[in-house]
Amino acid sequence: MTALVLLDHENGRIKQPSRSAVAAAAKLGEVHVLVAGTDAGAADAAARLPGVARVLRAADVAYDHALAEPLAALLVSLAGDYSHLLAAATAIGKNVMPRVAALLDVQPISDIAGVESEDVFVRPIYAGNALATVRSADPKKVITVRAASFDPVAEEGGSAPVADIPPAGGGERSRFVSAELSKSERPELTAARVVVSGGRGMQSGDNFHLLDPIADKLGAAVGASRAAVDAGFVPNDYQVGQTGKIVAPELYVAVGISGAIQHLAGMKDSKVIVAINKDEDAPIFQVADYGLVADLFTALPELKAELEKA
Amino acid sequence: MKLLVPVKRVVDYNVKVRVKSDQTGVELTGVKMSMNPFDEIAVEEAVRLKEKGIAAEIVAISIGPAACGETIRTALAMGADRGILVETEASPEPLAVAKMLRAIAEREQPGLVIMGKQAIDDDMNATGQMLAALLGWPQGTFASKVEIAGDTATVTREVDGGLETVALTLPAVVTADLRLNEPRYASLPNIMKARKKPIETIKPADLGVDPAPRLTVLKVTEPPKRQAGRKVGSVAELVDKLRNEAKVI
Repeated sequence: MTALVLLDHENGRIKQPSRSAVAAAAKLGEVHVLVAGTDAGAADAAARLPGVARVLRAADVAYDHALAEPLAALLVSLAGDYSHLLAAATAIGKNVMPRVAALLDVQPISDIAGVESEDVFVRPIYAGNALATVRSADPKKVITVRAASFDPVAEEGGSAPVADIPPAGGGERSRFVSAELSKSERPELTAARVVVSGGRGMQSGDNFHLLDPIADKLGAAVGASRAAVDAGFVPNDYQVGQTGKIVAPELYVAVGISGAIQHLAGMKDSKVIVAINKDEDAPIFQVADYGLVADLFTALPELKAELEKA
Repeated sequence: MKLLVPVKRVVDYNVKVRVKSDQTGVELTGVKMSMNPFDEIAVEEAVRLKEKGIAAEIVAISIGPAACGETIRTALAMGADRGILVETEASPEPLAVAKMLRAIAEREQPGLVIMGKQAIDDDMNATGQMLAALLGWPQGTFASKVEIAGDTATVTREVDGGLETVALTLPAVVTADLRLNEPRYASLPNIMKARKKPIETIKPADLGVDPAPRLTVLKVTEPPKRQAGRKVGSVAELVDKLRNEAKVI
């Protein structure tokens, strides 16, 4: 039983959601990992992950933007040796793995939150309002992993051999044009220990800056509800929820967020939840460990001042 | 150019589903059903491409029980031209759905398939990618902008760190994300007109597809419930609790 994990990497580092996928794969058997693209140092970083037995490196520019078509072809070319193919349920994993599954005539198992055995997995459905335990009858399992449900393996501790593998084509009809990535000094939403999110109650994009000093003080990522994204206050990559990012930080602070089920789906596994909302009947209070009924425009400056005290 | 738009009938997005006590699934009896919201966005995008003169015809497809005909009617009222209902009792998995859509695409020869990125019932986020793979077509998933010029679709995608733009040689599959557009409400005259638009009904066997699932649902359970905590009276009390009780800051 050997599993192959497709890793997300950037600037020579393996992203945290992929380290969670390695942790999930370790429950299935021996773990090999695939690092595709010319990102210098990423394969060596992968080799240092604890529990990784072998690193496959496809150092070809064809994979530099992680386009689904060539990456899927590469994974399919390697699939013969593996019982399980996994990736984190990131934008890359969600794009590539179903394509791999279809090419292998396999029904993918998306966004798993638990591994029961080599063929039984738990996955959330209906925005996390139900958990389905499913058994796959396919000879190979193609899986994406909900990173928030598995503690990531550490970045250091392993020393796996690295093997170079040839490219596998498949990129003839798609081409990367450009990327417009948010620049932020803050941690990434899915990896942050603390997340501070704003909702429709923030009233404007400008007001979102009221969250900045608090996020800075707490070393937090800034997130948002779909309502805030739809209203144009912040870009979509801030979105926490069923169709945005799934987070499970130590501390989640929801400011001016009513708590629609689609938002709760993205954050209810956080360890401690704080809600600040002026509507005391807002559903967010039903999941919050600490609720403060207050106008956020008075509460946020007070919170900033209070955090600066100690 | 012809567009195919697959639409799924799902539990309405405002319904909070309840898990059945025998753990076989969620309660669907008497629950309001609607078109999957992401598919609505896909239909809207197709209609806009037709209004711009890029698309000539829009074919809406739904797969499932006879009631999926209503979902197709909704798409027709928004501006699709005709429908195909693949009637089957069970709701097939993405793999089988993708195979049926492939068979329809081979028959209809569309220039583009636009569909929702994910259905809000099984949350699989797979069918569009799988259809593209089976057809050997490129894919533009999680699209927030689609531009068609000649034989190229330029698709801006929502990715983890922001936006990414890819160029795809048509035909291709595009899956719609939330910000692609805001779907219109069908007007009453258009709802009336949609009643006269044709819907062809076929069976999975007509498409040569075995809809048998590969995944067996062993049980469906409720997620662990979070206990509501308590209200604090002030910001100072909140910070004190976070520091000294929860010890998270």
